[in-house]
Amino acid sequence: MNARLSTFLITSVCFVIAFLYVPIFMLIAYSFNYSKLVPVWGGFSVRWYEKLFFDSPEIWEAVVLSLKIATVNACFATILGTLAGLALVRFGHFRGRTLFTGMISAPLVMPEVITGLSLLLLFIWLQNSVGWPNERGFTTITIAHITFSMAYVAVIIQSRLAGMAQDLEEAAQDLGAKPLRVLIDITLPLLAPGMLAGWLLSFTLSLDDLVIASFVTGPGATTLPILIYSRVRLGLRPDINALATIIILVVAIGVLLAAWIMFRQQKQRELELNMSEET
Amino acid sequence: MSTPAETVVAEQTTTQDRLVHRLTHFLQYHWRTLVLLVPFLWLLLFFLAPFFFVLKISLAEYTLKSPPYTDLIQWADEGVMQIRIVVDNFAYLWDDDLYVNTYLSSVKISTISTILCLLIGYPMAYAIVRSNHTTKHILLMLVILPFWTSFLLRVYAWMGLLNDQGLINDILTGMGFEPLRMMYTHFAVYVGIVYTYVPFMILPLYANMEKLDWTLLEAAADLGAKPMTTFFTVTLPMTLPGIIAGSLLVFIPATGEYVIPDLLGGGNVLMIGRVLYNEFHQNIDWPVASAVAIALLLVLVIPMMLYQHIQAKEVESQ
Repeated sequence: MNARLSTFLITSVCFVIAFLYVPIFMLIAYSFNYSKLVPVWGGFSVRWYEKLFFDSPEIWEAVVLSLKIATVNACFATILGTLAGLALVRFGHFRGRTLFTGMISAPLVMPEVITGLSLLLLFIWLQNSVGWPNERGFTTITIAHITFSMAYVAVIIQSRLAGMAQDLEEAAQDLGAKPLRVLIDITLPLLAPGMLAGWLLSFTLSLDDLVIASFVTGPGATTLPILIYSRVRLGLRPDINALATIIILVVAIGVLLAAWIMFRQQKQRELELNMSEET
Repeated sequence: MSTPAETVVAEQTTTQDRLVHRLTHFLQYHWRTLVLLVPFLWLLLFFLAPFFFVLKISLAEYTLKSPPYTDLIQWADEGVMQIRIVVDNFAYLWDDDLYVNTYLSSVKISTISTILCLLIGYPMAYAIVRSNHTTKHILLMLVILPFWTSFLLRVYAWMGLLNDQGLINDILTGMGFEPLRMMYTHFAVYVGIVYTYVPFMILPLYANMEKLDWTLLEAAADLGAKPMTTFFTVTLPMTLPGIIAGSLLVFIPATGEYVIPDLLGGGNVLMIGRVLYNEFHQNIDWPVASAVAIALLLVLVIPMMLYQHIQAKEVESQ
């Protein structure tokens, strides 16, 4: 590579990284601001963290609700998404395949306002005609989240299945295992890392969603993004900076930890592979 | 002799056994159907069916009742069924300059944002692919990490930076310039969209470039092509699938974006997602909100189908 090109590339990498991270670091820095006016520096203080921890019960209620929804969502979305991925990669052609492929990948790009509006209209119709769901909140938000999260899981599972060698499954089949046995004993364990990744992604997507949740929620069910949004709409608030700092740190540590574990496992596997080749 | 109670229990266990037997039998022979049917029915009910309600209500009339729309099917006297379809909502969108302008403005904003993402993301993806093993992992991690943190909080972070008394204006006034009004402008919306969507551009580009045969570039250089010529005749055509995939992943959601224009654009920036949200939540005009949703879908249906087509080809090629 010539020198001019590499200078250009290094500059653009630095620009992108700065662009991505400066706002986040400024957000964190201003959470330690004494002043009530966020952009005006008034000295170092942790008063907004104190306020957050000891004087904001509604925030913790919202955190608990969001975590509950995210957990239930992640479990269901992983199951449904894995089933969908399996069907799409391993079942060959079946009736309705085109429709199924369309429905599983459309939620990935569908604008949130449309998904939210359409689901709400469905829930209202169901409520008027069959009496369920009798109130909107936890159940309706969770159903909405499962619907778009499972699409992400299906994509992860599809790409893992497509990249996976089928020799173990074929060997099991040759040894007389029935297809269902092969699925449970061989395919699913091999898919476990993909399912874990799908679970984590679904969990995060659910914690992050504002638009769809604010359509399908009802009075009394305020998720964390809905709460944050209702506050920041009115302007900058230092306690939201403190909350944001905590959320960002928790997520960053989680993601880095997961990446490190996956990296180590990969190294381990490469090592084992090398050793088995040598012997 | 068994007591009647025991007989009943025995009978129950046999029916239970039979049930379990049937169930295992069913699972063994029809598990494929089950694997397919569960996610299929879920999507049919919670993804596809809702669109028919949007379509139905977009063809209804606004009323003051609850829910605030009229039924399409009405029963007149003597059991005569009447179907009432109203296209007024669509005519209203078409006649009102505000809606037409909002559509055009949304498409313009997301097109320019997509181009900006491409200009920023392309060199970044290229640099990631051409760097060594460790740097590559670190850079990828740095691009992915913000994607996992809250989208809402990242938009909020820009509210602080772009504020009249924010960091950027502090630096500007510190250097002796006039402070700029950035919040609640188109500029703020562009910054917000590019900031949140640039990873969606970088990652497909990276995935595409990672698979390419880079010796072709050396071959072109050996044959005497200038770097610019090589870029336009070799690199760009090779990376086109990545460019298209990344652009669609930015363009489609950005067109319907609600949070960014609401928090950073205020009332000055017209975007269709925001109009839909406000029609529904503030004006409680469900028929018009539904018509807006249908019209938005019509704008996006071609890009969305293109994306699905690419996605399907990608899976097949694996």
